[in-house]
Amino acid sequence: MSSLRHIGRDLPRPDAPDKATGKALYICDLSLPGMLHGKIKFSEHASARIVHIDTSKAERLPGVRAVLTGENVPEVRFGFMRDNLALKKGRVRQFRDEIAAVAATDPDIAAEAVELIEVEYEPLPAVFCPRQALEEDAPLVHERDASGRPRKSNRLALEVGHATGDLAAARAASRHVVEGEFTTPLIQQSCMGTAGCIARFDARDNLTLWAKTQIPFLAQRDFRGALAAMGLAGRECRVIVPTLGGAFGTGLDTHAYEYIAILLAHRTGRPVKILYDRREEFACLSPRQSSVVHVEQGCDENGKLTFRDVRVLQDNGAYTSWGATYPSVMLLPATSLYQVPVVSFRADIVYTNNTYCQAMRGYGNPELTWAIESNLDELAEVAGIDALDLRRINVNRPGEVTPMGLKVTSCGLEQCLETVGRKLRWSERRGKQRGKRRGVGLASLVHVGGGGRIYRSDGSGVILRFDDYGNVHVSTGAVEMGQGLHAALVVGVAEAVGVRPEQVFINQTDTATCPWDVGTHASRGAYMALSAVMIAAKKAREKIFRFAAGAFAGEVGRNIEKRRKKNPDYRPPDFDLPASLEPEHFDLADGEVFLTAAPDDPALRVGLDRLLRAMHFCRGGDMLTVEAFYDPPTELPDWQKGRGNMSATYAYGAQGAAVEVDTDTGEVTLLGVVAVHDVGRVLNRQTLEGQIYGALAQGIGYALYEEILTERGRILNPGFTDYKIPTVAEMAFPIEVEFVETNDEQGPFGAKGVGEPGLVPTAPAIANAIYDAIGVRIRDLPITPEKILAALATRAERKPR
Amino acid sequence: MKIPLDFQLNGHPTTAEVHPGARLIDLLRDTLGLTGTKEGCGEGECGACTVLVDGRPVNSCLFPAPEVDGSEVVTIEGLAEPGQGLSILQQAFVEGGAIQCGFCSPGMILAAKALLDRNPDPEEGEIRRALAGNLCRCTGYVQIVGAVRAASRKLRASAGEEVR
Repeated sequence: MSSLRHIGRDLPRPDAPDKATGKALYICDLSLPGMLHGKIKFSEHASARIVHIDTSKAERLPGVRAVLTGENVPEVRFGFMRDNLALKKGRVRQFRDEIAAVAATDPDIAAEAVELIEVEYEPLPAVFCPRQALEEDAPLVHERDASGRPRKSNRLALEVGHATGDLAAARAASRHVVEGEFTTPLIQQSCMGTAGCIARFDARDNLTLWAKTQIPFLAQRDFRGALAAMGLAGRECRVIVPTLGGAFGTGLDTHAYEYIAILLAHRTGRPVKILYDRREEFACLSPRQSSVVHVEQGCDENGKLTFRDVRVLQDNGAYTSWGATYPSVMLLPATSLYQVPVVSFRADIVYTNNTYCQAMRGYGNPELTWAIESNLDELAEVAGIDALDLRRINVNRPGEVTPMGLKVTSCGLEQCLETVGRKLRWSERRGKQRGKRRGVGLASLVHVGGGGRIYRSDGSGVILRFDDYGNVHVSTGAVEMGQGLHAALVVGVAEAVGVRPEQVFINQTDTATCPWDVGTHASRGAYMALSAVMIAAKKAREKIFRFAAGAFAGEVGRNIEKRRKKNPDYRPPDFDLPASLEPEHFDLADGEVFLTAAPDDPALRVGLDRLLRAMHFCRGGDMLTVEAFYDPPTELPDWQKGRGNMSATYAYGAQGAAVEVDTDTGEVTLLGVVAVHDVGRVLNRQTLEGQIYGALAQGIGYALYEEILTERGRILNPGFTDYKIPTVAEMAFPIEVEFVETNDEQGPFGAKGVGEPGLVPTAPAIANAIYDAIGVRIRDLPITPEKILAALATRAERKPR
Repeated sequence: MKIPLDFQLNGHPTTAEVHPGARLIDLLRDTLGLTGTKEGCGEGECGACTVLVDGRPVNSCLFPAPEVDGSEVVTIEGLAEPGQGLSILQQAFVEGGAIQCGFCSPGMILAAKALLDRNPDPEEGEIRRALAGNLCRCTGYVQIVGAVRAASRKLRASAGEEVR
């Protein structure tokens, strides 16, 4: 491949026109002939025995086709630890437990029928605080595990830890040591398109499920398990992914509502759709985990970090999703953000009767980076070292192997920090604006940038099918959820194959037609799919050039013949084709095959479409379809030891914030935010900036506004009225985004994954700026005006003026 | 009892019958099959369901369907003339990177259209006020504000052209 034609250009996204015109079809827009509407009856207790369910009134309502409870369906078990049931039987463990479901001809009838279901409960003891849940006499959320063995504690059997070096010795030898406890709340992912699915069985009991998922193939495996439980082992389960109205981690697990739709569809013999409303999305879908992080860090007299000790307590809620594996990603910042010689990490994940949690963008990293980077500013102050200098002294560098065993290929963190410092006018402003109650702060991040192996395969398959018109049809198991995967695929395929971007078409993600992919998470979508594309494109070009070696001379002859017919004075190019053409003589660009020795003469260029037709309209012809599967050269970490090079490369970045705090109202005004990210290589600047802007807004919501409030397990603010995500009015401050291009040797075209990093360091950068402005440290997210006023009042009491 | 309605929908005379309590969004999506209008919250907080009634942006999830009788309703399906490609405003959203998951886009574009119809040259603050009722979780709004500004410039350059 010669110089790059499409990479780095701002081509508009291929999915945008349909979305701008209302033509894109989301799950809420799909319907099938004869389709019924499903509705779920949720628990009204956080912990109770179900004494009796009376569904008779619901069953008699005209239009109702089925009423299911845990008593009249096969037991469908699911979840990361298989501790959840599609419909609960005998016992509820959280407010949103699914205890019955209705299918009816109309959504209103289904809703009315659910209201008619009467449930008698006997309340049982409950536990809502993860610390209390660990006490010996705490009520057990699950008395037995999935295999029926009795459980003794609410602690999950998921051990994630790490120990490098002699912690006690390092602590004792440190000149300065600072510790603190930092907490983060439950967060609603807040996809604008709510959750939903449609389940349909054919007459042979094969299932098709239209699902709002990021993991079509792992989901397919889960649903096949459900089919087996229903006596339908071996039946096909096809998962089709419609346009997604955001995902942000909500699609990393399969959900009870999907299994319920499957059960209802099978019971009624009709397609069944379940679509959550916003209240259900808030109260009945799993939010981001809350966490309590205790961190202690030390440094020597020169500011060199001596150790880091991190303990995490994570509230799992009543059941287990993949979100319980947050600590696997927490290991990254714990062991590998800045150079730390001695590290200790331990995470406890605990069952409670709160709503069970699932993943969200960043996957444990924001929780931990919030603690580490806040605490680092405290350490800098105690040590009397500038906070930016402290980070410079300990910055990660290319070639380093971290305590976790992460092999750092490229690393632009130092440049990111320098740029943030310059853009914030750090030396001019840091610590010098307290009179105006203004401050600046910054924080860094490390995240997986080349996939994240938390499953035995981190692979991604791709199929490129060439049609007779020179177009390339791309099938991949990766999922477009708004992030711009299809935009990346279009430029990547156009570049790697050598066609024009408008010749590239992306097929709908469908397990029946697309190759396996582990899922679109861990910022891996574009990285993995494009890595597979590079391999597939190479195969395609080899086949095309091998065919061209035999067919090119004839096609050129036809070119010349055509021109002569049009223009009798036409003079063929003054170029002798080599007597024997070899594959290595050719190149392909903009959809035309040509000789590298004579790239410019139009008569010596042959359209790819013509070659493709010639390739199969002949005896023994061939259709050009190539496939590739890429699984990066990484390691599945040993979680108990917290070691393993889980990603092919690592993404770095730094963000800075300038704030002003009103000490009368506690209100924080953002004066500006700077985000500088090591992205390896910019594939499409506009889409990339969109990822960072969007993540920043989520990071700002996390820092200042967002929190799901609960009272004894009940969610108190299930809607946008009382749960505030940033609007365009809050986002009215200058945002500067800049990219450091380290051209990673592992990445496709040098790129790294970038989907999540933009929200990882935002909260600590803001908290550090607030401290710089008014000298109070908030350790509990979100940083609300009430917390700031309370902290100011406490300080005033301590230091009477 | 059903109420007969007679109104203009995206420039076409339209008749329908609705229950007195029917919501405009259900009339548009379920009865008339215009699924471009999205329901994000059902309580007027997110703006995804924004449509224009007599040029005014309304939350169609709260707006009573019977009230459109005699009115002119514009949905996202009504912005681009068939065969004419996208409107200038839609094109600005596409070219400006203002669309990610796209669920908020129809409502966001219609809220922006209402603003630009009223004021072809809005200040940034006016753009932010006009769009403050439309939530977006993907973009951080930067490229949305940029797209509205770009559309405003283009529309004024081709002065006299209606904001489609």
